[in-house]
Amino acid sequence: MIRVVLPHHLRTLALVGKEVDLQVEGPTTLGSVLDALEARYPMLRGTIRDHITQQRRPFIRFFACGQDLSHQPPEAALPDEVVTGAEVFRIVGAMAGG
Amino acid sequence: MNRVRVLVGTRKGAFILTSNAKRKRWNVSGPHFAGWEIYHLNGSPADPNRLYASQSTGWFGQQIQRSNDGGQTWEPVGNKFVYDGVPGTHQWYDGTQHPWEFKRVWRLEPSLTDPDTVYAGVEDAAMFRSTDGGQTWQELPGLRSAKGNLWQPGAGGMCLHTIVLDPSDPKRMFIAISAAGAFRTDDGGETWRPVNSGLKSPYELPDASAEVGHCVHSIAMHPSRPGVLFMQKHWDVMRSDDAGGAWHEVSGNLPSDFGFPIAVHAHEPNTIYVVPIKSDSEHFPPDGKLRVYRSRTGGNEWEALTKGLPQSDCYVNILRSAMAVDSLDSCGVYFGTTGGQVYASADSGDSWAPIVRDLPAVLSVEVQTLP
Repeated sequence: MIRVVLPHHLRTLALVGKEVDLQVEGPTTLGSVLDALEARYPMLRGTIRDHITQQRRPFIRFFACGQDLSHQPPEAALPDEVVTGAEVFRIVGAMAGG
Repeated sequence: MNRVRVLVGTRKGAFILTSNAKRKRWNVSGPHFAGWEIYHLNGSPADPNRLYASQSTGWFGQQIQRSNDGGQTWEPVGNKFVYDGVPGTHQWYDGTQHPWEFKRVWRLEPSLTDPDTVYAGVEDAAMFRSTDGGQTWQELPGLRSAKGNLWQPGAGGMCLHTIVLDPSDPKRMFIAISAAGAFRTDDGGETWRPVNSGLKSPYELPDASAEVGHCVHSIAMHPSRPGVLFMQKHWDVMRSDDAGGAWHEVSGNLPSDFGFPIAVHAHEPNTIYVVPIKSDSEHFPPDGKLRVYRSRTGGNEWEALTKGLPQSDCYVNILRSAMAVDSLDSCGVYFGTTGGQVYASADSGDSWAPIVRDLPAVLSVEVQTLP
């Protein structure tokens, strides 16, 4: 079970709490987790990745286990702690306040 | 008794203001979609409980929300806006060519007859249509063929912000883009042509009378007289009596002919409203006095409407989509400000009072007159 933490505005959009539990088929990669998230919550399509290019939107970051995974390729395996559910995979809206 | 529903889009959410026909006491509902920018929300003339809202942020992009109960509940529908074919390029601020990139939906205009058909005006400028209640969107690419390579963004972006549907001819529509100008289709959106003859932009364009490139801010029409259009341009208030074939200036005695919105009285096709703004460099009312100007002669002769509006130290702006009328008798007029006030007049503009004073900056105001 993968535990995904969404930013506030995506929780309100998807009508979910802070944490979402996902079952991921096959290897647990950055791309497969996002695929599973969008399959379960279709309203999130286009909010994290571009509809067509599947590129991460510019103000989105991916963090886990104290690491910044934002620039990892979609096929990059997630840390074991995320795969086992011991740690969360965080989707973060980039800091852009004053 | 009739009711009025005012749909307000702001920088930080949507608000729905309701009242009875007296328009004295108001109920305020919201914020809906708190924290998101709501560029526009609008109701279907064919089913007033069907509403559409454009919801976006720079972080998470575009959403379209739909309500079937007058805004009590909402559901996200389709947010995939993909330009038809290879998008190509348009002019950038410095005159170089720049790729077309989708940014947001500025305008949602439901069909006059079908609640499931709705048009979307987007930035970078293009027109999309949905015929399934907003689930899927298809571009009307003929519009960008109307010299799109010469269009350029205004300060707010290259946005398609105005969509006017002709009630007498379902195949005729007018749209306006900053900074490209006004365009008309007579075949339901397949083909478009610029309708900018008579517009002059000597400070903004190398050719002041160019076929495209004018910064049109908004266009209004009275449904009983669809061939007559009124336009608030960057500078100049304009009028066309032949469906955009030719425009002539009707700024007359306005203290400034710069401004953003323009509206037509619900029952008097020759009565129009603008809110003069000092200049393109100073986006606030002249002399710090918030004045709506009304012409009962279709332009040229204007009177200031000030009763109930601040007449000193007022430095808000009124954005292009932030003024609308109801169709009660007498006609109600509404506008929202960047300071978060929504003002209403229940007597055609003679007197005004704020419905709310402290919303986030108001981006759009639409009004539904309900049975």
